[in-house]
Amino acid sequence: MDGMSGNAWLPLMVVASALLPGLIIFGLPEEKVRLRTVLNLTGAFAKIIFTGWMLWGVYHGYQYEIRVAFLPGLDLALRADSLSLLFIALSSVLWLLTTVYAIGYLEGSPHRSRFFGFFSLCVTSTSGVAMSGNLITFLVFYELLTLVTYPLVVHRGTEAARRAGQIYLTYTISGGALLLFGVIWLYSITGTLEFSPQGILYDLDTAYYPALIAIFALLIAGLGVKAALVPLHGWLPEAMVAPAPVSALLHAVAVVKAGAFGIARVVYDIYGIDFAAELGVTGPLAALAAITILYGSLRALAQDNLKRRLAFSTVSQVSYITLGVAIVGPLATIGGVVHLVHQGLMKITLFFCAGNLAETLGIHKVREMNGVGRRMPWTMAAFTLGAFGMIGVPPVAGFISKWYLGLGALESGENWVIPVLIGSSLLNAAYFLPVLHRAWFRDPPDSWPVTRDTVRDLGDKETAWALLLPPVITALLALFAGLLASAWFSPLEWVQLIAQRAFHHP
Amino acid sequence: MTNAFLYAFAGIGLFVLGLHALVVHAHVLRKILAVNVMGSGVFLVLVALARRSGEATSDPVPHAMVITGIVVAVSATALALALMLKLAGKSGEAVLPGKHND
Amino acid sequence: MLIGLLNIDWGVITIMLPLAGGIACVLWPAMSKPAGLISVTGVVLAIAGLGWRIMENGTYRHAVGGWGAPLGIDLFADGLSLVMLIMTALVGLGISFYAKRFFSPCDAVRFWPIWLLLLAALNALFLSADIFNLYVALEMTGLAAVALTALTGRIDALGGAMRYLLATLLGSLAYLLGVVLLYHDAGSVDIATLAQRIEPNAAVWTALGLMSAGLALKTALFPLSFWLPPAHASAPAPVSALLSALVIKASFYILLRLWLELFGAFAEGVSMLLGLLGAAAILWGSLQALRQTRIKLLVAYSTVAQIGYLFLIYPLALVSNGMAASMAAYLAFSHALAKSAMFLAAGNLMQFGGHDRIADLDRAVQRLPLTVAAFALAGVSIMGLPPSSGFVGKWLLLDAAMSQGRWDLAVVMIIGGLLAAGYIFKVLGYAFTQAEVPHDARAVPAEMEWAALLLAIGAILLGFMAPQIFALIHPDLAVNASEAGTVWTA
Repeated sequence: MDGMSGNAWLPLMVVASALLPGLIIFGLPEEKVRLRTVLNLTGAFAKIIFTGWMLWGVYHGYQYEIRVAFLPGLDLALRADSLSLLFIALSSVLWLLTTVYAIGYLEGSPHRSRFFGFFSLCVTSTSGVAMSGNLITFLVFYELLTLVTYPLVVHRGTEAARRAGQIYLTYTISGGALLLFGVIWLYSITGTLEFSPQGILYDLDTAYYPALIAIFALLIAGLGVKAALVPLHGWLPEAMVAPAPVSALLHAVAVVKAGAFGIARVVYDIYGIDFAAELGVTGPLAALAAITILYGSLRALAQDNLKRRLAFSTVSQVSYITLGVAIVGPLATIGGVVHLVHQGLMKITLFFCAGNLAETLGIHKVREMNGVGRRMPWTMAAFTLGAFGMIGVPPVAGFISKWYLGLGALESGENWVIPVLIGSSLLNAAYFLPVLHRAWFRDPPDSWPVTRDTVRDLGDKETAWALLLPPVITALLALFAGLLASAWFSPLEWVQLIAQRAFHHP
Repeated sequence: MTNAFLYAFAGIGLFVLGLHALVVHAHVLRKILAVNVMGSGVFLVLVALARRSGEATSDPVPHAMVITGIVVAVSATALALALMLKLAGKSGEAVLPGKHND
Repeated sequence: MLIGLLNIDWGVITIMLPLAGGIACVLWPAMSKPAGLISVTGVVLAIAGLGWRIMENGTYRHAVGGWGAPLGIDLFADGLSLVMLIMTALVGLGISFYAKRFFSPCDAVRFWPIWLLLLAALNALFLSADIFNLYVALEMTGLAAVALTALTGRIDALGGAMRYLLATLLGSLAYLLGVVLLYHDAGSVDIATLAQRIEPNAAVWTALGLMSAGLALKTALFPLSFWLPPAHASAPAPVSALLSALVIKASFYILLRLWLELFGAFAEGVSMLLGLLGAAAILWGSLQALRQTRIKLLVAYSTVAQIGYLFLIYPLALVSNGMAASMAAYLAFSHALAKSAMFLAAGNLMQFGGHDRIADLDRAVQRLPLTVAAFALAGVSIMGLPPSSGFVGKWLLLDAAMSQGRWDLAVVMIIGGLLAAGYIFKVLGYAFTQAEVPHDARAVPAEMEWAALLLAIGAILLGFMAPQIFALIHPDLAVNASEAGTVWTA
């Protein structure tokens, strides 16, 4: 026990691995490109190493926890359990890749120290969200995430960016207020906010049930803003004015995942899945998720702007996680939680590719994509893999998620989910396949919509290697996450461990 | 005892009169005078209540307080008059500028 | 030797040192800057000594000149006074380093002696053991504050100062009349003696009404806040910071003391009223702040709103949970750090652009990053978002409100936070954006940027020090983290 006590610092090291480089980078002059790159990559690699260490430990039954007194009766607690490590592992791998991508993407553009500083703070808050040991710690990092993403949304400094930033804040700060209200109300009833495998509410008197239902609604509304549940999703398409790496990591992964992850925490570790079902709150949540899945896909169909189409696709896809959480049963849990990773890998691929198209050829709209597959074959190959994954074509990772969601729905008798899954997959196909058709089978135009001052001169190369490598890697990861789903190191295996611990706890 | 209360009520009357004048008059000098009247009212109450029921001699502590209070009032009045002169010098009239921003 | 240090009467030094420094500034104007900085630094050290002494020996009581109550003047300090003194010293130090570069030599000669007088008055106020001595210190504070407001001699500043002076005189006279009535009723001005003798009767109720109204006027509790925005917005930036961060806390502290020791037990109805006015202040002040187009007025109205939170303590914490002193001290400290940082940042922006129009901030975030960072960090605390002391303070209030079923007040606090986010991010949004017409800009000295930033960082860090602050005020209520470390799960 004593020999292991140093490991209590591991969660802190994961947070610090992003925080410290970020703080140093704020102070760096703009032209110190190399030092900044070294700091970024050191932090990203350090985080992967610490995460790997904790993965090994948690797999072998350790828990890592560190706490410090914060308020009377409440601690700030960082704890690594199997669910938090899933999110941490995802974010550390994607942080590394996005950092490489962002270095390539922002080459030569102004205010990079500010950008990378806030970027690191975002990763810090995401790590904190993932490892929160109680709801108050979660709240602190969740709100911090709102604050540090704002400068990235308005990074370009245009009037359009300022407006988008205002919309972003209106949604997220209001959501945060609802969440705070729910949390403090909950605290006034329970006197504790610790995450616990069976929830903290099961022995409460039935007189509290109406209040608990109202609190659940408040918490879900607060978290649903970031998770982009309809009708709280309005900020996500607007936030697409941000630079591509921001859209890729933050809006496809960190921010929306923080919301979805929070919903999972509330359902599993505050209410407890069985208690939530008894309270009757899981059904409406599942219905809301299903509506969001269909609505997001329908809206995506109508978007000509590629990033906006991807944004609505995110609205839809993230709700698979919520859907899996809200259907009571181990298989649905597996499908939902594993989608946390799968959607991250696939969607970041798509955003990277969209960024490459914009940065290399000036393509922002779907109708400008004719024949782009011939000009940028690697990028479009990665895009195709990501799109197939979203549709749910085997063996790409998205298929695994949908398969388990479907099985889980049948297992718990929620047969209505099956048509939703099929309908959503058809819609996914309807908005992705035309894009792929244009890219691969139409003739390229005589010239690309390049504007000289926004796009660098690359000669005959497809694009800069720092922009090409990350999407190719994430596309392959998405492919292998599906292909090798039954291997011991796959996300699916890890999630089965989580589901086992959530449903078969003594 | 009765006398003491008479004085005390007179003091409170002065305080209220001063308050009234402070609110209704626009000219700053009148407002400063009103504050001084209010101060005198408070001091009068203080002195009057120093004679407590059944005691032959009055309590010296309130007297000490009044003296301190007068010193404070003099400095406050000096500052107020100086400010007023500056204000009148800049704006040409000794009234408060119109309500700010409402 | 250490024991010798422990026995020094640090309390007296915190009053005499700035007073002596102020006199030195008047006698040798050329020396005012070093004299001022030395005095302020000395006060910081003396308060550290006083804090050490209080932690070793418990509450501090010192009879000045050996006279003692009822005739002499007693100095008294417990945990609450200590936190207020620390707040004054640290915020004062930050503002002093800012003022060192801010004022022209001609203004500096007037600023330093008055500021040192104000510091002496504030320290005397937080160390007073009797209600008459509190009156004298309160009046000194008010007069020094008015003089500082009028420092520049500009016409709006003179008007603001005049209005402020009349309000503050009216407030202290009402307070003094209350003192008279309490003395008449209980035969003492010593707070500890009064606490034993006081019983609710007509004289005490009248005193309560007069003192509460007078002090609420001086603290600018809505609707008695009419004088604050013009005074705070027209004063030079370091003065605005002093006024908003420290001066209003002086009268708030007296009111709190009176309620903690004398009135709280029987005047529950009035504390409800104070709480309702506080709630109204939050809404009205925030809405007004949202409407402003100039930063300094925005920040001034934000003060009106933040004062409202302080007054929510009366219905929520005074009787029921015994945390009133801790919460009040913590909230006041938090607001002092954040609001001083905000006013100093606003001063930098004004000096930089020559104006304080919000819509013309024109990429200040790139050209003045430390200042905008200071404004943003302070803003996070004002909005009550984590991680900051503002969040902790709001959490404590919300927790108290929810556990007493005061939904109305909880909802007001949540809405207040949203409105605050609205007006803070209005400024930040424009600070990131390129204006249509580019503006000329003047350089801002680094010390002024850093002073604002360090105070703002203080407002954030204080958010992690709530257990320590509470332990100072309630040594018996110390909070500790539950068992930590690596847990082996079988």
